[in-house]
Amino acid sequence: MFDFSEITTWIDQFLRTYLEPWGAVLVEGILVGLALLVTYAIIALVLIYAERKICAFFQCRLGPNRVGPLGLLQPVADMIKILLKELIVIKKSDRFLYELAPFLVIVSSMLAFGCMPFGRGLLAIDFNVGVFFIMAVSSIGVLGILLAGWSSNNKFTLIGAMRSGAQMISYELSIGVTMLTVVVFAGSMQISEIINQQYNGWFIFTGHIPMIIAFIIYLIAGTAETNRGPFDLPEAESELTAGYHTEYSGIHFGFYYLAEYLNMFIVSGIASLLFLGGWMPLHIPGWEAFNEIMNYIPSVIWFIIKTAVIMFIIIWFKWTFPRLRIDQLIKLEWKYLLPIGLLNLLVMTLMVILGWHF
Amino acid sequence: MEVKIKSMKYEDFKDNEYIEQMVKELNANGTNVVVGVLDDMIDWGRSNSMWPLTFATSCCGIEYMSVGAARHDMARFGFEVTRASPRQADFIMVAGTIVHRMAPVVKRLYDQMADPKYVIAVGGCAISGGPFKNSYHVLKGVGEIIPVDVYIPGCPPRPEAMLYGMMQLQRKVKVERFFGHVNRRDKSQKSEK
Amino acid sequence: MSDIEEKIKKIVPKAVVEEGAFPLYVIPKDDMPALARRLHDDPDMKFDSLAALTGVDWGETLGVVYILDSTTTGKRVALKVQTSDRENPSLHTVSNLWKSAELNEREVYDFYGIKFIGHPDMRRIFLRDDWKGYPLRKDYDAAPEINPIPVTNEDNSDFTVTYSQNPDGTLKAEQRRIFQPDDYVVNIGPQHPATHGVLRFRTALEGENIKKIDVYCGYIHRGIEKLSESMTYPQTLHFTDRLDYLSAHQNRHALCMCIEEAMGLEVPARAQYIRTMMDELTRIASHLLFFATFCMDLGATTAFFYGFRERDMILDIFEDTCGARLTMNYNKIGGVMADIHPDFCRKVKEFIKIMPSRLQEYHALFTGNVIARNRMIGVGKLTLEDAKSYGVTGPSGRASGWACDVRKLHPYAAYDKVSFDEVIMTEGDTYSRYLLRLKEIEQSLHILEQLVDNIPEGEYAAKTKPIIKLPAGHYFKQVEASRGAFGVYIESREEKTPYRLKFVSPGLCLVGAVDHLTRGAKIADLIAIGGSLDYVVPDIDR
Repeated sequence: MFDFSEITTWIDQFLRTYLEPWGAVLVEGILVGLALLVTYAIIALVLIYAERKICAFFQCRLGPNRVGPLGLLQPVADMIKILLKELIVIKKSDRFLYELAPFLVIVSSMLAFGCMPFGRGLLAIDFNVGVFFIMAVSSIGVLGILLAGWSSNNKFTLIGAMRSGAQMISYELSIGVTMLTVVVFAGSMQISEIINQQYNGWFIFTGHIPMIIAFIIYLIAGTAETNRGPFDLPEAESELTAGYHTEYSGIHFGFYYLAEYLNMFIVSGIASLLFLGGWMPLHIPGWEAFNEIMNYIPSVIWFIIKTAVIMFIIIWFKWTFPRLRIDQLIKLEWKYLLPIGLLNLLVMTLMVILGWHF
Repeated sequence: MEVKIKSMKYEDFKDNEYIEQMVKELNANGTNVVVGVLDDMIDWGRSNSMWPLTFATSCCGIEYMSVGAARHDMARFGFEVTRASPRQADFIMVAGTIVHRMAPVVKRLYDQMADPKYVIAVGGCAISGGPFKNSYHVLKGVGEIIPVDVYIPGCPPRPEAMLYGMMQLQRKVKVERFFGHVNRRDKSQKSEK
Repeated sequence: MSDIEEKIKKIVPKAVVEEGAFPLYVIPKDDMPALARRLHDDPDMKFDSLAALTGVDWGETLGVVYILDSTTTGKRVALKVQTSDRENPSLHTVSNLWKSAELNEREVYDFYGIKFIGHPDMRRIFLRDDWKGYPLRKDYDAAPEINPIPVTNEDNSDFTVTYSQNPDGTLKAEQRRIFQPDDYVVNIGPQHPATHGVLRFRTALEGENIKKIDVYCGYIHRGIEKLSESMTYPQTLHFTDRLDYLSAHQNRHALCMCIEEAMGLEVPARAQYIRTMMDELTRIASHLLFFATFCMDLGATTAFFYGFRERDMILDIFEDTCGARLTMNYNKIGGVMADIHPDFCRKVKEFIKIMPSRLQEYHALFTGNVIARNRMIGVGKLTLEDAKSYGVTGPSGRASGWACDVRKLHPYAAYDKVSFDEVIMTEGDTYSRYLLRLKEIEQSLHILEQLVDNIPEGEYAAKTKPIIKLPAGHYFKQVEASRGAFGVYIESREEKTPYRLKFVSPGLCLVGAVDHLTRGAKIADLIAIGGSLDYVVPDIDR
């Protein structure tokens, strides 16, 4: 199987022959940053298009089909427009926080994006507390939303931000607990290590029932974490006009719009990393020929396919379910998901200690 | 003068002298190549991504919902992202009668929108007051309070008519010039005053 | 002398009877509170529902016509109270007995300037507080200079006023607070996706819970009733389609019926059948739109498109016959404008065949969804007594157990020739209001099934004189529109134009109940409750 680290090592050595070590690291840092930024933008555009088309088909419509072939350029047009739209400055807002908030959201999703294992050797940040790092940076996002709601000086945004705060902080717990379940099972927090452990079968298959439960909880909590339907209370259109970003226009709003899609990608990416083996092909112990064939499919494609399937499920949720009410939302987390998740973690720990698994 | 837009054939839309007049004015002094290409790109983006404001006062609003529904599907043209917040919308479909009490609200909504912003007056009431023009409480058209770009007649207009009107707006945006001409002309007008 | 007349004469000896299409009892102003109390409470009368409250300017006097219904005996009584003081008119309120009078009396105050003594909230309702004059008075000066287009934002006072009567007959105004100084008041509307048009709620919140809602109407008040007074009867017809545009046929049916009854005009059987079918198709279309928008309000966007998909099929049928999709302008005095399209029956039959399976789809998509059920069940309960008191008719009233279907109570057109069930549920919550409408679609399909093959041959419209004049008097007629009993009250002075034409809309009563239903509920519940009441704003504002 092709290992991208060969290319990256070659670039590293190439740079080191011409530059001081610190210079090489600097250039590499810039290169990685640029690569991530470009991927970030491309993925966002693709996702916007995909979601529009998918929801159109759910709704017996055609979806965008006039701009470019099959409407493929629709999100590009949207981005051009949104980039050039006026940025409205609100008179009685907290100017500094108001301008800062969208950047916090985008920075948080950008940082988590760096941890995505796109393929074998294609992982920007890989250190021994990788999973922990993902959790830490993805919770910065809620700060951006809370600040947006507060600084806009608008009652709707404030309610939206408060809802969002309550929701994201609650569901973060469930995400943490399910991640912990995986970490306990894998015995490591390093992303590459977790993936390598899944060589002989993805965790969802080898992890028995507790892993399946953890996967389902993660999927629900992850959807809630991205503020998407049926958990889109913070920006509930029919209740709070546009929720916490009601007052944002132009590219500020564009950031929220992009971050929503990227967060969906990140949540799906982490799900595929933790439960479906990341870029790891489907291996069945004993079936060597089958495993060989699977290995021919590039690792990037494996990752993209897995992530896409989970994203499709999340999109499906959004366009089918009605929205929950705030008390039902909190009840779901604190009364059902969290206790089940904790119990699940306990069972998993016992399984690992007592060696009940293969 | 003919308006050349690839995706919208001139034969289908040639009944709009206003836009032809506008193109003639805008192109009177020719265009710088670089600026022209940039303009075209911006126009392409803006016209293909018109996000309407969720706004309707009466009957026309229901037909406007039909435009969004499956049969007429305005999503095909990129109109589908209806924004409930005026800050994020590009144009406002004034669908329905505007009455005295509503007038300051419409004005305010228009003011809250970010530039560039456009207005479409849908139906007899928004154009001229329609069947209610003699009433003590009805505006004789939304044009009395905000500038209107496209008028779509009907009571209510058919969804097809609304789409046609929205495409006329796209055409108008497509031939606009954001660099150079318009700005310069605006300045010269100001200095004349 | 009828039974009721005797009783009224006993309570108010000074009562005078004005004969007409129905007897109108003229009651002296100060006897009204006592009489109203007796009419409402006496077990042998029990007039517990206020069908209409209409302000009228009779020239020398200003006053109100009350039409009361008894839900137990099915009887109806009409009262008239007037005051000759045009400078500072006042009457006694009945809003303590019938809650639906609350908004209606505010409307009368708005249009005629009559102050209601004891009314808890005597503010204008449709017009801005700074409006000069009372537009429906006959001597109103409509010069645009007096009331120019406002350029300033409305200023919202947290205070309202209540009038009480001093012993010497003068009025005493008393300021009352609507919102406390430290209330967190959020303004929902007039431009808000969930208000279904341009309604405005000022909502006091406590966290996510609603403490109080103050409803502001009038953002689409078009002055239709005043306009009608200057138009001939056939000209007034076109307004009805634009009141509640989702019940266009039914509204117009009501006005046509009222005029026809006054003229004594016999409508051909074919026209009656066509009207009935059109009414039912309109009802289905309206309920489908309700399903679509209600689901979207709750966040299930896809259901919106499903509802519209079937609705478009009905609009096609309308378009064939009437030439328009939404405001059909089809009924006319004496019948309908044109005969049905040759394809009409075939298309209706196709629709009847398709629709039940689509309803199954709706149930699978939305009704059975656990989130949807949790959002709806037990939310916004309206008891039977409250439904009657607030005058919540139509599907919303029937969901509370009130058998208020005008088609059953006073059958009109061809409704006495078909069999159908009046769907009634007793829970009175959002879920039953929702489910009841879907069940009504089934009943409407059943009615259509019985009629579609039996449309009698003959004329589709009776011949009328070119100029229509109604005999002097007062007329009142109700139909069952998609969202409740829609009434038309006409006062005629034997002219080409109506002296007073009042549309009694079901929507105003629905909105009147919103504050009551949402007390203590969440913001999200307000959306669900508002959606399930299914009001149409131009119908409220007129």
